Amino acid sequence: MEIYNLEKAFQDKIDKEIKIEPKDWMPEAYRKTNLRQISQHAHSEIVGMLPEGNWISRAPSLKRKVILIAKVQDEAGHGLYLYSSAETLGTSREQMIDDLHSGKAKYSSIFNYPTLTWADMGAVGWLVDGAAILNQVMLCRTSYGPYARAMVRICKEESFHQRQGFDALLVLSKGTKEQRAMCQDAINRWWWPSLMMFGPKDSESTNSDQSMKWKIKRKTNDELRQNFVDMIAEQIKLLGMTLPDPDLKWNEAKKQYDFGEINWDEFWNVVKGNGPCNKQRIAARQKAHEEGAWVRAAALAYAEKKRLRSTAKVA
Amino acid sequence: MPLTNNTLNYTLHLADNALILGQRNGEWCAHGPILEQDIAITNITLDLIGQARNFYQNAAACLHESGDPTASEDSLAYLRTEREFKNLLICELPNGDWAQTILRQFFFSTFQLLLFEKMKHSNNEPLVAIAEKSIKETQYHVKWSSEWVIRLGDGTTESHSRITKAVDTLWMYTGEFFIPASYEMIDVASLKNEWMNKVKEVFDEATLTLPENVFMQTGGKNGAHTEHMGFILSELQYLQRVFPGAEW
Amino acid sequence: MNIQIRKFYYGDIPEETAGGPITNVSSDEKAWPLWEVFIRSKQGLDHKHVGSLHAADASMAIENARDVYTRRQEGVSIWVVESKFIHASDPADAESLYEPAADKIYRHPTFYDLPDAVKHM
Repeated sequence: MEIYNLEKAFQDKIDKEIKIEPKDWMPEAYRKTNLRQISQHAHSEIVGMLPEGNWISRAPSLKRKVILIAKVQDEAGHGLYLYSSAETLGTSREQMIDDLHSGKAKYSSIFNYPTLTWADMGAVGWLVDGAAILNQVMLCRTSYGPYARAMVRICKEESFHQRQGFDALLVLSKGTKEQRAMCQDAINRWWWPSLMMFGPKDSESTNSDQSMKWKIKRKTNDELRQNFVDMIAEQIKLLGMTLPDPDLKWNEAKKQYDFGEINWDEFWNVVKGNGPCNKQRIAARQKAHEEGAWVRAAALAYAEKKRLRSTAKVA
Repeated sequence: MPLTNNTLNYTLHLADNALILGQRNGEWCAHGPILEQDIAITNITLDLIGQARNFYQNAAACLHESGDPTASEDSLAYLRTEREFKNLLICELPNGDWAQTILRQFFFSTFQLLLFEKMKHSNNEPLVAIAEKSIKETQYHVKWSSEWVIRLGDGTTESHSRITKAVDTLWMYTGEFFIPASYEMIDVASLKNEWMNKVKEVFDEATLTLPENVFMQTGGKNGAHTEHMGFILSELQYLQRVFPGAEW
Repeated sequence: MNIQIRKFYYGDIPEETAGGPITNVSSDEKAWPLWEVFIRSKQGLDHKHVGSLHAADASMAIENARDVYTRRQEGVSIWVVESKFIHASDPADAESLYEPAADKIYRHPTFYDLPDAVKHM
């Protein structure tokens, strides 16, 4: 078949909602876009373990401690599922990790903010996971099969993450004066970065059009962001807290919330590597990887020895 | 079961072992040598803290019966001081590298498994129930950690030298397993032979040598800890100490 | 060092015909091989493919699969197989492989219209 026909057949499949599988023909740009997006997503899960892992040793009760550990562990699992689905596109996990460590690959900027108090565990679960889930639910229907399957698994497991976050904040909101202040402060600090998680405005997003056509994405950044604001603006009432946006108000005509302008300078600054924790996050990942090198090598060497011994026995 | 000081102290000793080792292993979460093993050791962490909770809840129930209604798993974990904690010294040592962490897990889990198997036949019903549940978890911890000991011992030159160093560091803390404290309800001294046999079997396969004539450190069971203990508790208990009486 | 390796994930069809390139791996480290994981969710059901992971050997792969894929009691039995040993059919042959079955409707029970009086068939 001519390239033109292959491309047409490919797009026909997408239009008919038939999933694309690893060995199917796909345009190189489709492969690259998926690889970029899935590996970014995997890196985000892995780097995202750090700000929360930071509080495991200090969790204020044994119940909160096991919840937090289970959640951070889930993120490791999610990173693993995603790396596996990216590997079906022909790049090894090792290569992706190298790209993360060299700064070539990106991850969600939200994880470059510090977790300063216990209330941040609640705010991250409620706002950051809440924002992530909107994106992930959409991605369960993405056109690349392995990615969609990983997302279905992830969404099933994620459902407790946002709930535990809200639950932790709810307890704080009913607690002492100091706890309520801690709760409001965490919401103030995490609100705007959460909105930034949906990416640049549609008018400035370079990847959006093609990704929509290929059904990699199925909603635009601005649509998802609006869904998020509408959801959170209602939920916060139950906490008796406020969102740090004087322009936030219900728009009866549009049946949605209006909200203020995001600080895009801050957004681009963090993307470029100048967030409060960019350097520390990558350094922590590099350290774990480098210090693990001898462990990985030993396991391989032992497996090889064992294999040789069993072949020797057979012979 | 009527509460005696011995039952309470013994239950707390078992709980503290699991909690403090869980707290240490938890430090690996997000920092493991490879994603798959990060997840694996975190499963063990969750098992250990789960065991600790069962023992603390049992201790708290005993305290309720004897007229202390305020006791809870969290008051026992978060509001006791260094000298009141009764865990084995080996649990509180820093993680060191992967070799030291998995070797400690192997020593501890092998001991714990023998202990739980004995506890299963004791006459303290709540402890029997906890032992039965924990045995299944602990069998896996023994399997997982002994395979790693073998892999590292018989892996590369570097891994062999690292795990040999870990043996040197940890061996002096293994004697405490078998030296009974006054409150212990299980005859731990009787577990020593079986423990040594299992360790020897794994060490042989791992091409490691058992140390001889090492002076054994003790004290943890009676609240005389290493200098690490205060730092562990200051992190673990920080929020409960700064905001007394708050709910979380 | 810059080595070129060719990976045949999910089957043995060359990447070139599947639109994928040959991977460039820039690091020296040899990675743990990739394994495919199949889980029987409960006794009596087939093992089903659930995903993949990296492990140094088969017993580690089974343990990793237990830790990664059954954290919520998803299974009672695990199979693992190194990904490179899986042979897959070529998607380009799909039409000739699977479509000829489409007109063999007489293989399905609904093809036969029997009187209502016939019970239990």
